[in-house]
Amino acid sequence: MSATPFLVLSAILFTIGCIGVLTRRNAIVVFMCVELMLNASNLALVTFSRVNGNLDGQVAAFFVMVVAAAEVVVGLAIIMTIFRTRRSASVDDASLLKY
Amino acid sequence: MSYVPLHESVPVVDPSSGGGVFSLLWVIIALPALGAAVILLLGNTRTARWAHLLGCATVITSFVISLVSFFALLGRGAEDRQIGQTLYTWVDAGSFKVDMGLLYDPLSAVFLLLITGVGSLIHIYSVGYMEHDVRRARFFAYLNLFVAAMLTLILADNYLGVFLGWEGVGLASYLLIGFWQHKTSAAVAAKKAFVVNRVGDIGMALGTMLVFTTFGTLTFAGVSKVADQAGDTTLTILGLLFLLAACGKSAQVPLQSWLLDAMEGPTPVSALIHAATMVTAGVYLVVRSNFIYDNAPVAQTAVVIVGTVTLLWGAVIGCAKDDIKKVLAGSTMSQIGYMMLAAGLGPAGYAFAIFHLLTHGFFKANMFLGAGSVMHAMDDDVDMRHYGALRKMMPVTFLTFALGYLAIIGVPPFAGFWSKDKIIEAAFGDNLIIGLAALVGAGVTAFYMTRLMLMTYFGEKRWAEKVHPHESPKAMTVPLMVLGALSALGGLLLLGGWVTDWLAPVVGEEVHADLPVPALVLSVIVLLVVVAGISVAWLTVGRNAVPRTAPTKVSVFTKAARSDLYGDALNEELFMRPGDRFVTGLATFDRSGVDGFVDGFAGSLGGMSSTFRRIQTGFVRSYALSVLGGAVLVVLALLAVSLA
Repeated sequence: MSATPFLVLSAILFTIGCIGVLTRRNAIVVFMCVELMLNASNLALVTFSRVNGNLDGQVAAFFVMVVAAAEVVVGLAIIMTIFRTRRSASVDDASLLKY
Repeated sequence: MSYVPLHESVPVVDPSSGGGVFSLLWVIIALPALGAAVILLLGNTRTARWAHLLGCATVITSFVISLVSFFALLGRGAEDRQIGQTLYTWVDAGSFKVDMGLLYDPLSAVFLLLITGVGSLIHIYSVGYMEHDVRRARFFAYLNLFVAAMLTLILADNYLGVFLGWEGVGLASYLLIGFWQHKTSAAVAAKKAFVVNRVGDIGMALGTMLVFTTFGTLTFAGVSKVADQAGDTTLTILGLLFLLAACGKSAQVPLQSWLLDAMEGPTPVSALIHAATMVTAGVYLVVRSNFIYDNAPVAQTAVVIVGTVTLLWGAVIGCAKDDIKKVLAGSTMSQIGYMMLAAGLGPAGYAFAIFHLLTHGFFKANMFLGAGSVMHAMDDDVDMRHYGALRKMMPVTFLTFALGYLAIIGVPPFAGFWSKDKIIEAAFGDNLIIGLAALVGAGVTAFYMTRLMLMTYFGEKRWAEKVHPHESPKAMTVPLMVLGALSALGGLLLLGGWVTDWLAPVVGEEVHADLPVPALVLSVIVLLVVVAGISVAWLTVGRNAVPRTAPTKVSVFTKAARSDLYGDALNEELFMRPGDRFVTGLATFDRSGVDGFVDGFAGSLGGMSSTFRRIQTGFVRSYALSVLGGAVLVVLALLAVSLA
C-alpha cells in the first residue's frame, strides 16, 4: 500500500490546523487546531515507521500523544483561568505582555 | 648560593639564637602592637579612661626588656653580639623565601633603647599634653602603632622586614600629622608627607627587589657576605636607590619639603616621630647597608653631598622662621644632614652618625617637648614674636630647654659637642669643602638656636593680655628633666671610644683620617665659629626689641628662607603643574575619546533596540505567524541544501 495518501492527508490536516491557529481568535478553537497539527504529525510519523519497517516513528508518536495529553491539561486550565478573569476566551484580548 | 669568606672590615656572622632574655625579642614589638590593636578595636569612647595607661605601660615594658637585653648583650664578647630570632616563614613562593626574622646586634640595641626610652618619656608627656583632647585614646593607639612599626624596622633581619616597618612608620606618621584632621592645614600636611614619602618608598621597594635579584637573599647577614661580589654598577644603583629611600624618610634634599609642614601634628608627635626616631630611619638604612656603600664609592659621595646640602638648607630655613616648631623642624633637617654626611663617609663616620643620632634624639626631643610646654602655656600660639621673657614664668621648661640648646649648638661638655665635633672632624678628614660646609653649618645652628632662645625666653614680654603663661604639669616636666639630663650627659657614650667600639661589629672599625690641623685645634675652631654664631644672634635679635609682627621689608635671602628656599615652588613647577596638565589631558581624552566611543556605540545599540522592540505586539497569533515563518525558512534551507 502506498504511503502517499497518508502523507497527503497528514499535510492537509497540518495545514488546516496551521491556518486555524493563525486565523481564529477563540482560544478553544486555536487549542483544537494545535491538537490537529500534533495529530497530523503523528500520522506522518506512523506512516514513515511503516515505510521504514521499524518502530522508531511509532515510539515517537506515543511520546507526542503523552506530551499532548499533558499539554491539554495545562492549556485548558490556563484558558479556564483567563476566561474566569477576563470573561472572554479571545486570544487577542490577552495582549498585555508586550513592548 | 655559595658564600665567600667574610668581608674583612665587617665581620657580620650568621646570628645565633640567644636564649634567655633574647627569646623575648618579639615581645618588644608585640606589646605596642597589641596596645594599638586593643585601643583601636575597642574604640575611643570605650577605652577613654585607661587607654593612656595601657599605651604607656606597653612602651615602658618594651623599654625594660630592651634595657635587660642591652645589658645581656653588653655581657657578651664583641664577636658574640649578633642575636637572631626566626619567628616564622613569612613568604614562601618558589625560590623567593623570606623568614620573619629579628636581628639584635649592637646597632639595633642602641636604636631599641632610643626608641623605647624616648618613646616612653614622650608617651608620659602626652598624658599631660593631650589631657583635654577627646580623642586622646586614639592618639595613644597611633603612638603605639608607630612604636611597633619603628621597632619592626629596627629589629628586622632582612630588607623586606625593614620595608614592612618602613611603611608602618609612614602610615603612623600620616595618621599623627593629620591627627587634628578638622584643620585643613593638618589634613593637607598629612597628605603631603604621605605623598613625598611614597617617592622615597619607590627607592626602598626597588632597592629591596634589586638586592634579591642580585644576591638571592634579603637577610643582612647573607648580603653582607657577598656584597663585594656584585658588580660596581649594581652596587652603585643599590646605594642610590637606598639613598632615595633615605631622602624620603629623613627629609633630605630633594625630598625635604614635607617635614616643615609635618609640624601641624601634635607636638609630642613632632618630638617622637619627626625629630627623635622616624626621620632617622634613613640614616639607619644607610648605616645598616654599610656593606653596600663600602663597595660603592659613587653612592657614598652622593650620600655625602645630600647630607651636606641638607645640613645647610635646613639651617638656613631655621634662621628665618618665626614659628618655634618650624625652627626646630629646620634644625632637625639640618642635624639629620650631619648624620647623612657622616654615614656617607664610610667606616670613618658610621659610628659618629649613630652617635649624633642618639644625642640628637635626646636634645631634639627635649626641645620639641619644651616647645610643646611653651605652646601649652601660650594657648597653642606658635609665633615666637608673641613670646618673650618666659624664663621667669616657666623655669623648669626654660632650664631643660637650655640644656638642649647648649647641646645642639655644641658647647662642651654637652652631648652635641662631642657628636657634632666628631662629624666635622671626619668631614675635614674626607674633603676640605665638605668640612667647611659642616663648620659653617655649626655656626648657623648656633645663630638660629640662639635667636630662638632670645625670642622665647628673654627680652620683653610680648604676649597678649588674655594669655597667662604658667608652668606645665608634672607629667610634662618630668620627661623634660630626664631628657635634659640626657642632653647634658649623652656625650659620656664617647668615653674611651665606647660608641665606636660598640658598633664596630656592625659597621667595621673606625678609620682615622689625616686632618689638615690637629683635632684639638679643629675643636677650638668649631667653638669659635659657634661663638660667632651666638654673637651675631645677640647683635641682631637680643640687643634690639623684637616687633610683634614680622617685618615685611626684608632681604631676598630672608624671603627665600621664609618660603623654605622655594622647595615647594620648585616641586610645584617641576612636578605638580606638568603632572596636572598631563592628567587633565588624559581625563579629557578619556571623557571625549574613550567615553565618546563607548557611549556612542551603546547609544546606537539602544536606538536600534527601541525600533526592534515594536515587534513584541503581545498578540499570540502574530507570534505564531513568526514561528511559522521561521519554520518555513528552515524547511526551505533544508531543501536548498539537500537539492544542491
